[in-house]
Amino acid sequence: MAKLHVTTSVNGEPVEFLCEPYETMLDALRGQLGLTGSKEGCATGDCGACSITLDGRLVCSCLMLAAEAEGHEIRTIEGMAKGGELHPLQQKFLEHAALQCGICTSGMLVASEALLARNSNPTEEEVRFWLAGNLCRCTGYDKIVRAVMETAAEMRETAR
Amino acid sequence: MNVVNNKWIGQRTIRPDGVDKVTGRAAFAADTTMPGMIWGKVLRSPHPHARIKSINTKKAEALPGVKAVVTSRDIVDFRIEKGAVMLGIQDMRWMCRNVMARDKALFPGHPVAAVAATTEAIAAEACKLIEVDYEVLPWAIEIDDALKPDAPILHEFNKFDGKPSNIMGRIESKKGDIAQGFKDADVVIERSFTTRPVHQGYIEPHACLISVAADGKTTIWSSSQGQFMVRAMTSMLTGIPQSDIRAIPAEIGGGFGGKTIVYLEPLATLLAKKSGRPVKMVMTREEVMRATGPTSGSKSTVKIGAKKDGTIVAAHGSFYLQAGAFPGSPIRGAVGCSFAPYDIPHVLSEGFDVCSNRSKVAAYRAPGAPIGAYAVECVLDELAEALKMDPLALRLKNAAKEGTKAAHGPVFPRIGYIETLEAAKNHPHYAAPLGKYQGRGVASGFWFNAGGESSAQVNITEDGNVVVTTGHPDIGGSRAGIANICAELLGIDYRRVSVIIGDTQTVGFSNLTGGSRVLFASSMVVTQAADKVIATLRERAAKIWEIDPEAVKWENGAAHPVSPNAGQFEPLTLADLAEKAPSQGGPIGASVQLNTQGAEGGFGTHICDVEVDVELGIVRVIRYTAVQDVGRAVHPSYVEGQLQGGVAQGIGWALNEEYIYNKDGKVDNPGFLDYRMPVCSDLPMLDCALVEVPNPKHPQGVKGVGEVPLVPVMAAVANAVHDALGKRFYSLPMSPPKVSAALDAPAQQAAE
Repeated sequence: MAKLHVTTSVNGEPVEFLCEPYETMLDALRGQLGLTGSKEGCATGDCGACSITLDGRLVCSCLMLAAEAEGHEIRTIEGMAKGGELHPLQQKFLEHAALQCGICTSGMLVASEALLARNSNPTEEEVRFWLAGNLCRCTGYDKIVRAVMETAAEMRETAR
Repeated sequence: MNVVNNKWIGQRTIRPDGVDKVTGRAAFAADTTMPGMIWGKVLRSPHPHARIKSINTKKAEALPGVKAVVTSRDIVDFRIEKGAVMLGIQDMRWMCRNVMARDKALFPGHPVAAVAATTEAIAAEACKLIEVDYEVLPWAIEIDDALKPDAPILHEFNKFDGKPSNIMGRIESKKGDIAQGFKDADVVIERSFTTRPVHQGYIEPHACLISVAADGKTTIWSSSQGQFMVRAMTSMLTGIPQSDIRAIPAEIGGGFGGKTIVYLEPLATLLAKKSGRPVKMVMTREEVMRATGPTSGSKSTVKIGAKKDGTIVAAHGSFYLQAGAFPGSPIRGAVGCSFAPYDIPHVLSEGFDVCSNRSKVAAYRAPGAPIGAYAVECVLDELAEALKMDPLALRLKNAAKEGTKAAHGPVFPRIGYIETLEAAKNHPHYAAPLGKYQGRGVASGFWFNAGGESSAQVNITEDGNVVVTTGHPDIGGSRAGIANICAELLGIDYRRVSVIIGDTQTVGFSNLTGGSRVLFASSMVVTQAADKVIATLRERAAKIWEIDPEAVKWENGAAHPVSPNAGQFEPLTLADLAEKAPSQGGPIGASVQLNTQGAEGGFGTHICDVEVDVELGIVRVIRYTAVQDVGRAVHPSYVEGQLQGGVAQGIGWALNEEYIYNKDGKVDNPGFLDYRMPVCSDLPMLDCALVEVPNPKHPQGVKGVGEVPLVPVMAAVANAVHDALGKRFYSLPMSPPKVSAALDAPAQQAAE
């Protein structure tokens, strides 16, 4: 079967690529697009390590076909820092030691950013349920939840 | 003379590898490629137990795109009858058979061949073309089945009590005479427990990328808990000398003990050697669950006797642990750690290593200790109830302290167990009110901790900053601890210290990241190396000032005269001395290699509150406090992180996680959907109380912290469930079906 031609946008940049019809978005990102920040922990949508946004909506890139990116806007962890400046969530994760091995961190950050984009003042319960699709085996989630809550508070303060 | 003012030790600094990890730049095992790279795949046995009569790879080799096929014929054989060949805790006789089945496949998922091809899809297709003629044999997975008189025997050469057996070994720790001890007891409680196999659950599947040049020079890129272990095992299994193998440690996406052995590296090396192309192999999650080590399932019986006043006089534990396909279950941890927190005159603790048709176990955080502690700490809870004593008071009355001789051998030096009990007792959590269907449990735990071989280099850059190279993969933030210590010793900002993990050909031998040894051992070698550097810096300043080196002190990152008597000189900073280095004797740096000694065991005491949904049988942990003697918290955030991570894993083990086997002997839940690890919404905040009783044998007082926090958890949760429901559970996990069945039991009886 011939490869499919896909025109899309990744982290604000126009991108074109060829993919197999069965290829996942995660494989396209990690393979030919060279964006290995999104990780494959399960390939079944259970761990969230491959989290990206598609037109602002949080998705597991392992469950999305690469061809489905056609005409849409993809954002990945690589697009989160603006130039040399870390996103407040990234900074707060560092300050709170909200990562240990770091394999879940990309997905955690992408998911957290998607949460704060729609809810600037989440309760602890809302944070916990929103991040329930992102597995972390190292931290017990404590410092992650604190980092997200504190970032939200600071971003609200900044937005005033 | 080196002035330390504790500016950085104990600070919550930003970890050296942090920015790379929050921006997606950090390179893990599966994140790298090489020019000309091809893909490897493993063909695995579908049977739990089968003799391999023949393997025909011709059709696979003929498939266009296939570049190499390997079977056990290509792997160095360590013959069983020649006796053990140990590498760390692994016997290479079992390792060579675990990475690739030889005469028999011993579990579903056991590798039988591997293929390298130009694409992953072709490699997978080629695996299907390999013809394996199996003679399917009867199998046994559960301990009870493996111990039956007519059980199928995995290793026919093995005898126990003179008969063919799946019991591959027995160890014991003994002190006093338990028969006498139990005679002295007023109250005796004896209970039996079972636990299920649980997986370490690292999110990063095993992966590697390996190139073998025509002259045999081999480069391994993989994530593991020890690049030197990877090099040694790959060398032994492929015959390539260690000097030709450069094993580069990728960032590791979680290990918890499960990456202390190799699975893919020897296969990828042989495929790369045969094909002449770099070979990448990445396991699927299903392969991880089926073929890499969970820890043992277990069956334990624990009997404890005490006087009416709560003095424990005798204890007997027998622990049967599932080793899986090859010997090596963590009986040492179960036997040695279970009773270690207590000063008991008569103890017998025995462990049995049981093979069965399941993947070979790998280490999992304090291997064996949580299994033993679950049984012992639950019995202690019943004992406290029988004696009408507070469970912490019972533990305090019998707590091990300096001078206590543990059943597993050592006489304890100054330890902090009593401090953890006192801290738990005085913690507001312990007195907080509880509601309906809520309960509170406590439990303690011990882990040996470890020292061993470590190497480090501390080099001063030409611009007066510092690069530290150590040999231990950093899983949980150890680089941050090293940066703090090095900054402290040199008296400079921690951001001027770059800490990296060297590969096998650039730093001296360093043993595994395991046993909670990394910060203990590596800070010891880094301290000695930094001291050597400081001695050099003082000599250089002395030479420039033309005074005696003893008259120079190192303080706040600069050389100073010790006193005005020594002379009046402007301080010479690290940058000054680095700049002058070429004319004053050359580069400044030091390396140290040690077999570190003096790692002392660690103790923790946990308090757990649960609430039970009696309609659905769901147990929720609603509050948790982990108290631990951590020696010295060099970087408190990452110490807390170890405690919180261990607790989360223990809650999973207690409430949900288990390997489920189907009627064909295959794992029925080999994915994260059905193997249910705790997710964010399952857990509360996990509070930590760090008790710091410094280790007198370590320059910074460090004790290992990573493993202790898993040890008490399952018992703390089980004791809390009992407090909530008045019912005790003697088998894990306390999952909703099990809890519902227990809750329904009296109602059913009443209805009859």
